[in-house]
Amino acid sequence: MEATTGSVERVAPGAVSLGATSRHLGERLIRYLLFAATAISVLTTLGILYALLSETIKFFSEVGLVSFITDAEWAPLFEPPQYGIWQLINGTFLITGIAILLAIPLGLGSAVYLSEYATPRARKWIKPVLEVLVGVPTIVFGYFALTFVTPTILQSFLGVDVQIFNALAASLVMAIMILPTIASISEDAMSAVPQGLREGAYGMGATKLQVSTRVVFPAALSGVVAAIVLGISRAIGETMIVLIAAGQQPNSGVDPKQPFETIAAFIAATGKGDIPTGSTEYKTIFAAGMTLFLLTLVFNAIAIRFVRKYRQVYE
Amino acid sequence: MSAGPNLPTASDAANASLSEGPRKERLKDGAFRIAMLSCLGIALITLITLVVQDAVKGVGSINLDFFTNYASSFPENAGIRAALLGTIWLMGVCALFIIPVGVASAIYLEEYADGDRWYNRFIEVNIQNLAAVPSIIYGILGLAFLVRGPLELGRTVLAGGLTLALLVLPVVIIAGREAIRAVPPSIREGSMALGATKWQTLWKQVLPAAIPGIATGVILALSRAIGETAPLILVGAPIFIAFDPTGLNSSFTVLPLQAFNWISQPQSEFKDLAAAAILVLLGLLLIMNAVAIWLRNRYQQRW
Repeated sequence: MEATTGSVERVAPGAVSLGATSRHLGERLIRYLLFAATAISVLTTLGILYALLSETIKFFSEVGLVSFITDAEWAPLFEPPQYGIWQLINGTFLITGIAILLAIPLGLGSAVYLSEYATPRARKWIKPVLEVLVGVPTIVFGYFALTFVTPTILQSFLGVDVQIFNALAASLVMAIMILPTIASISEDAMSAVPQGLREGAYGMGATKLQVSTRVVFPAALSGVVAAIVLGISRAIGETMIVLIAAGQQPNSGVDPKQPFETIAAFIAATGKGDIPTGSTEYKTIFAAGMTLFLLTLVFNAIAIRFVRKYRQVYE
Repeated sequence: MSAGPNLPTASDAANASLSEGPRKERLKDGAFRIAMLSCLGIALITLITLVVQDAVKGVGSINLDFFTNYASSFPENAGIRAALLGTIWLMGVCALFIIPVGVASAIYLEEYADGDRWYNRFIEVNIQNLAAVPSIIYGILGLAFLVRGPLELGRTVLAGGLTLALLVLPVVIIAGREAIRAVPPSIREGSMALGATKWQTLWKQVLPAAIPGIATGVILALSRAIGETAPLILVGAPIFIAFDPTGLNSSFTVLPLQAFNWISQPQSEFKDLAAAAILVLLGLLLIMNAVAIWLRNRYQQRW
């Protein structure tokens, strides 16, 4: 690609010199305009960083980093206020953790079945359905958690003693939300494993179970990890399910039957009201946002290294 | 693929030499198959339940009044008129921003950028990272920069539309780049050989050939934007709106915000209204996805 673009550029000056020089000027102007449009993406990142950093610094000058880390509770509106971010991180990890533990086996199982067992006909139908389900708005999942999973599944059917707002329903539904993402992307990775590897293993007398788990899965590992990473980062940043179904209550415990709050849900719950610019409450949004931003950033950085380490390239 | 697990007799011989007998292997193999199938089954059944439950709860509220009435404190009179119009306005603003900016970025990155320059590599990494930033963070950006702060647009259609546009811009850029990359170099070279400048080549040859791919990307981006709730909670605030949005400076609500508003009400009648609003949203999404698939199949060119 680079080589052809290069050769094209070498031809262009000759062609231009035959025409009017203003064309040359116009071409350069267009190049600058296109670059300016591209710069908007960079400006977005800078804008996010600036917005988060400037208010977070103000927040810390008022509240102090120490209480942000060491306070036992997250209660910015109480008197005296407490700013222990740990409670929100705890909620984020608990809800995301349960969701991931459920979604990984179910998602990978679906992917293995689609890639290794399903007939081409079945795959042709199920794959697009999964891809459309990836795009279902998260408000739908929140509604489902609050009006169906908690009352019908958990309370009536399973008889679990959960409160109306609880972390368990949010986790279960979050697992369903990220399932299509994990299944669809890892299926792509598994289908991309060259057929020759499978045939070689079958030739050695391997069963389908052995081929799936010891040949296809390791060969597709980098793609599978990428799928899981994408699922986890969607889960960490997910707002609506938790906001609607988990109860908006910071919690230091580990019992998912109780209400919890995550970082993202706190940001939305606080931003909902018309809070005055410059108030401490306004700044908590940014401090929490910065924490969430760093969390996803660190997580993605680890994941990228992991994917690079296990990447296998065939042909 | 055709080589089934139990077909070759050679496998029996191979298995016989292993510590576990062939029968045990076959049993494990069958169990594994069933386990994988049940994973897929559970996934599909729960996802279908999700849609069906919503449809069952919501379909009773859907009638003509539901589309023409404003939100109301009486559930029997409440409708989605303002939300539907707000959604259309926001999608319009969003499309007007992401189409030119997204396509221009895609053209620059594919056709002009020298991949060896550090700033071009930085831009590429930056776009990938932006796609991974949680949507609520874009809400913070919108709140701090567009609603308040430097631009001070207030909680308006313009602020909401731009926030969503920035959120889905990476989708358009990535899809646009793929569409432009799929146009073979011979097309460009032929045009150049006839004396066209680089821009003439791009505008008259490359872009027309890439339009189906770009359009698919734009529709997918809009279908993500239309369902976003979290960033708009910060930018728009789910306030009570009982009037049509009249322009870029108008306050607004959108379908998912209206649904969220109704979900937050304790009465179950409002929850059913939320289901109905979600059903309308899902209908719009289905139409958009169908158009995207149709575009891809109808205009896909093989070179």
